[in-house]
Amino acid sequence: MSDSVLALRKISQFFGPIQVLFDVDFDLRPGEVHALIGENGAGKSTMMKILGGYLQPSEGDVLLEGKPVHFASLRDAEAAGIIMIHQEFNLALQLSVEENIFLGREKWRGLLLNHKAMQAESRRLLERLDCYIDPTEKVSNVSVPNRQMIEIARALGRDARVLIMDEPTAVLTSRETDILLEQVDRLRAAGTAVLYTSHKLDEVSRIADRVTVLRDGHKVLQADARDLTEHKMAEAMVGRELSHLYPAKAEPQDETVLEVRDLTVPGHVKHASFSLKRGEVLGFAGLVGAGRTELMEGIVGLRQGTGSVLVNGKPIKSGSVLAAREAGLVYLTEDRKEKGLLLGKNLRENLTLLALDRFTRVAIDARAEDEALTRAFKEFDIRAGDRTMKAGNLSGGNQQKLLLAKTMLAEPDIVIIDEPTRGIDIGTKQQIYEFISRLAAEGKSVIVISSEMSEVIGLASRVVVMARGRIAGEIEGDNITEDAILRLAMGISERKAEVG
Amino acid sequence: MTEATMNTQRKINLRRFNFHVLGPLLALIALIILGALLNPNFLSYGNVTNVLARSAFIGIIAIGMTFVITAGGIDLSVGSMAAFVAGVMIMCMNALIPAMGVGIPLIVVGMCIALLTGFAAGMLNGVLISKVKIEAFIVTLGSMGIYRSLVTWLADGGTLSLNFDLRGLYRPVYYDGLLGISWPIIVFAVVAILGELIMRHTAFGRHCAAIGANEQVARYSAVNVDRSRTATYVLLGTLVGLATIMYVPRLGSASGSTGVLWELEAIAAVIIGGTVLKGGYGRIWGTVVGVLILSLIDNILNLASIVSPYLNGAIQGVVVILAVVLQRERKTAD
Repeated sequence: MSDSVLALRKISQFFGPIQVLFDVDFDLRPGEVHALIGENGAGKSTMMKILGGYLQPSEGDVLLEGKPVHFASLRDAEAAGIIMIHQEFNLALQLSVEENIFLGREKWRGLLLNHKAMQAESRRLLERLDCYIDPTEKVSNVSVPNRQMIEIARALGRDARVLIMDEPTAVLTSRETDILLEQVDRLRAAGTAVLYTSHKLDEVSRIADRVTVLRDGHKVLQADARDLTEHKMAEAMVGRELSHLYPAKAEPQDETVLEVRDLTVPGHVKHASFSLKRGEVLGFAGLVGAGRTELMEGIVGLRQGTGSVLVNGKPIKSGSVLAAREAGLVYLTEDRKEKGLLLGKNLRENLTLLALDRFTRVAIDARAEDEALTRAFKEFDIRAGDRTMKAGNLSGGNQQKLLLAKTMLAEPDIVIIDEPTRGIDIGTKQQIYEFISRLAAEGKSVIVISSEMSEVIGLASRVVVMARGRIAGEIEGDNITEDAILRLAMGISERKAEVG
Repeated sequence: MTEATMNTQRKINLRRFNFHVLGPLLALIALIILGALLNPNFLSYGNVTNVLARSAFIGIIAIGMTFVITAGGIDLSVGSMAAFVAGVMIMCMNALIPAMGVGIPLIVVGMCIALLTGFAAGMLNGVLISKVKIEAFIVTLGSMGIYRSLVTWLADGGTLSLNFDLRGLYRPVYYDGLLGISWPIIVFAVVAILGELIMRHTAFGRHCAAIGANEQVARYSAVNVDRSRTATYVLLGTLVGLATIMYVPRLGSASGSTGVLWELEAIAAVIIGGTVLKGGYGRIWGTVVGVLILSLIDNILNLASIVSPYLNGAIQGVVVILAVVLQRERKTAD
């Protein structure tokens, strides 16, 4: 067994009075993929920041090839060949792909930049990732999955000895994930040490050599990946036995509560029609870019479209989020950081923003708001350090719960949830699944959009599949299988499957 | 969390709290003490009334500006707008003398014209920004030039003067008051109190902050972004009209140089008061303090002959920059 290239010895980390890491040992060996998993808030990010030179540990040592080091800055760490790829991209949107890949280590020819060489090198790096975007394209015009590829290309271009990847596949489709994992495999073969985090445990067992599990800042498990099942990893993360991840499905009633007829959102969705029954959980599946989000945004008035949307038989005014909300129809965005929550504001103001009129006569009733926050804490199991903290300081899972609480405060009858569990740990996932199924049982109707196939299959009693802006088909009951969804999503069979 | 950590946490909060919230107030108190030490007349009734009444114009405008900036906007046109409103008001009143005669009704009509002109000018800015989606900076830079040029044109390059008899009748609006407090001060106080209540305790204030913090989140939270944003400019325009009503009786005239640089003074007051320039957070009482700080610097330099009053602008500039540096939130570890 080879020696570790980068290791942590007895690391503890305090933020103010709060300890987030407790005596953690960790090591990365050349040519291995070491997966670091744990729930949100378990301390993964902190540990990665320490490894990547962003953060000085409060106690303990960082060892580079057995010798204690202090990275004074990110630059120091990068000079030592330690590269970190962030979950939230660190790309300058207004610069080109090439400029981003070479940012901070530009190639020069005399006094001028050598654009030609940098473009050629960028193209070569991106092609290794099967990503064929033009290096001169502005990053703001590049799709989100491709931005991830740019981040990785940037790391590849720096000859990383240690690569720290923070949930690299969170925004990738399964095909893109395959390409990414191939690259990780190639890096491993070349002797790079890779630290890999993901909430997708199937990926972890596919790619990792070793797995370390963190829980509440403690290392609770470290083992070879081949000795672990996904179930075992999940249980170690949560610290309790996990029974069924998905609750029993509710039986939809006969009454139709939402009917969408011939809705077209220019540039994204063409002639979509479907309906939703009371007490139903309807899944929306499809590849990234199939137009699911845009369709829902068209329905709730966030995008202009043509066609009609009927709630309980009555058409609602198009183009007005407020009208949709008043009809009992709300949409919970997939992008909680940019569209869902005001990260710089406190929890109370976030919670009541959507339903503020319920708390207002002439002035806002701050006491009622506070009571609503107390109820939301309890009902949605939001764990916040204190009530006055900013929403941006909550962990991802708690942010998602806050967003749910905010949406439910509007007392909707129909809830559209876009990617309900993106970037969320398995324990919180289970809570959110239970919540969705309880909503349906209470006679509300839920639409769940998800790129995680198992989620759609596990939750929905009927699934609508979209492909290239159109509704490709519907699947019901026992016919909902991964295979059936994929066929429709890839446009292999355009049949209107099994619908009466 | 244990008792000890709770206490530390509270202490940390308290420290940041004080600095952040009370900074402008402490600066104001320091200025008052300084002024009183330098000149015994500083705290006299005459001087205090004078400073407050002069602050009122910029103050009323700055309160409107606080809403605009909180919602992520900016309005560079307010100084020109004030001159334009004053010009239109004076011309209309003069023109109406034959029909209405010199009397209180004509003054009331004049006031209504000022408010309506301000309302319309604000509406124009707001619609161009919200509906036509042009950058606030560009729109108001444009309208700044337009209003300034229009008033110069209306005055034919000279001065528009209110009819002499009418001026006599209108004078008390600036010079008189209630219980020894002049009207501009009373109006300023009322606007400030209402503004604080609206900003802090109504849905409109909350929506302004939400739009300034993240427009997308506001849109996804069923906030009518366009309407709220337009409303901030309309409110500001109307307040410019109100300030002009107080300003016209002071001199009884308007010209191309009326209200020059008021926009920058108003914006500076807002920033000194702790409102975030890029939007998302605003406080009215801070703006009031900001206005007073700027006026007091001017007043102290004029009273005490230590530093030349010509350096007024430089000192105010330093204060603006210092205010922003001191109020910058330290990055919390997370």
